[in-house]
Amino acid sequence: MGKIKILNPGLLSTIQDGGRFGYQQYGMPVAGAMDLHSLQLANWCVRNPAHEACIEATILGPTIEFQSDTYIAISGATIQPFVNEQAINMNAGIKVRAGDVLSFGSIQTGCRIYIAIAGGFDIPELMESKSTYLRGNLGGFEGRALKAGDELEIADYERRLKGVVPEELIPNYSNFTEIRITSGAEIKRFTMDGVKTFLCSVYSISPQSDRMGYRLSGQKIEHANGADIISSGIVTGAIQVPGHGEPIIMMSDHQTVGGYTKIAQVISVDLPLLGQMKPGDQIKFKEVNLDQAQQLLLERNQWLKQHGIE
Amino acid sequence: MIEYIPSGDSAFLVKFGNEISEEINRKVRAYFIALSNKKLEGIIECVPSYTDLMVLYDPLKIQYKSLLKELKILAENISEIEIPEAKTVEIPVCYGGNFGEDMDAVIAHTGLREQEIIEKHSQNSYLVYMLGFTPGFCYLGGMDKSIATPRKEVPSQKILAGSVGLAAEQTGIYPIESPGGWQIIGRTPYRLFDPNRKPEFLLQAGDYLKFYPISEEEYYKLNEND
Repeated sequence: MGKIKILNPGLLSTIQDGGRFGYQQYGMPVAGAMDLHSLQLANWCVRNPAHEACIEATILGPTIEFQSDTYIAISGATIQPFVNEQAINMNAGIKVRAGDVLSFGSIQTGCRIYIAIAGGFDIPELMESKSTYLRGNLGGFEGRALKAGDELEIADYERRLKGVVPEELIPNYSNFTEIRITSGAEIKRFTMDGVKTFLCSVYSISPQSDRMGYRLSGQKIEHANGADIISSGIVTGAIQVPGHGEPIIMMSDHQTVGGYTKIAQVISVDLPLLGQMKPGDQIKFKEVNLDQAQQLLLERNQWLKQHGIE
Repeated sequence: MIEYIPSGDSAFLVKFGNEISEEINRKVRAYFIALSNKKLEGIIECVPSYTDLMVLYDPLKIQYKSLLKELKILAENISEIEIPEAKTVEIPVCYGGNFGEDMDAVIAHTGLREQEIIEKHSQNSYLVYMLGFTPGFCYLGGMDKSIATPRKEVPSQKILAGSVGLAAEQTGIYPIESPGGWQIIGRTPYRLFDPNRKPEFLLQAGDYLKFYPISEEEYYKLNEND
């Protein structure tokens, strides 16, 4: 059993896996990685299961000391990682030795970095997941964001093949992104003008955005008759429009029920891109139908499979 | 008339009505139980609420057209499926005193005596319409309107887990410590949510909840908090 030590946690670093499913009926949010695609790529590089828990670091990279030999991989936001101040590649399995220190330059594009460790973190699962749910102070490492001085146990690893992610599987992040949506459950509660406003304007992600949701600022969307509905189940990527007319996108830590009209729903293949957006970034929405959304997901999955990534 | 509304490419909202009523909520519960028993390949989980059931699925395992067909068949056959009676969970509450710091405010607002408030609060069975807001928080229906009291003007920074409160015509229990504006009239020694216990949650949507008053001494005997 090895260990790593957090020397500097960065802005917000938490343990996240594929999410905590099965408990939303009790009001428990799913949590989990904001960008499941990058989580999967990082894990693949060190031959972990696709949704093994990683460190998700936000905007600033952490500084980490390894207290034993292992393999690591870094995916997600474009950033220069260093081991003992020597530049290393992203999206590739890298051997590190006891005493080595991992650090980062500044983020170029994107928002969230995923650090995978061969074999994963040896922390207990809570309700079948290692994800941290910050508002509930539970899961992950002591139910909280990582702090300087934290020592995390890592599982033993077998001699791992070092994977390198093919270039074409690595997304390009930009501060202006087209996000595809299908129409929302309460689309009829908006006026024609309201829907047009939503589809034709550019929205920017406000600073009041976090793992729970992205608040967007931009043109106000007109309701046909009020913004409230009887509280009802809501899923990641749903776009609610409260009475003030500016949309809110539900992200990983979103509450399980919502009481505002939903104008749209981000399609599954675009959720990872959304997870890489940060305050100030701009979004333009584009509507697709349900068949297209599911087709795109099938194609993405086949494409990953062709590269041996499952 | 049941509506099946796609909520993106990985969820369906099955909607049984447009108002908050026990009858509609019972349909949600029955459908949820029937669907769970069917163990359909590709369904990830379901989230019941007042009038509908959100069905989350994996489109790589089942595409929406096949799922929609299954959901409709289930609705047609639901009368033939035996649905177990909803259970009633009894929750002890130590009312007033140190545990119910806002009891005086409720007395002042309603004009009732403390004993009357306790009796009215603990005589009804409450339907758990759904859970949400925070893990384990139950949205309850069926409170006696004569004890309805508006929320506090200034919310409390810290309300302890187990606190039982009133907010207008609603009553509820805080499952975890959090800030909040409800008028606190008592506290239960039970833990509604404990992530390290099996089952983690005492109640689920569709259950009934009944409060019963206990003394301070009994509270400490039963205490699962701290």
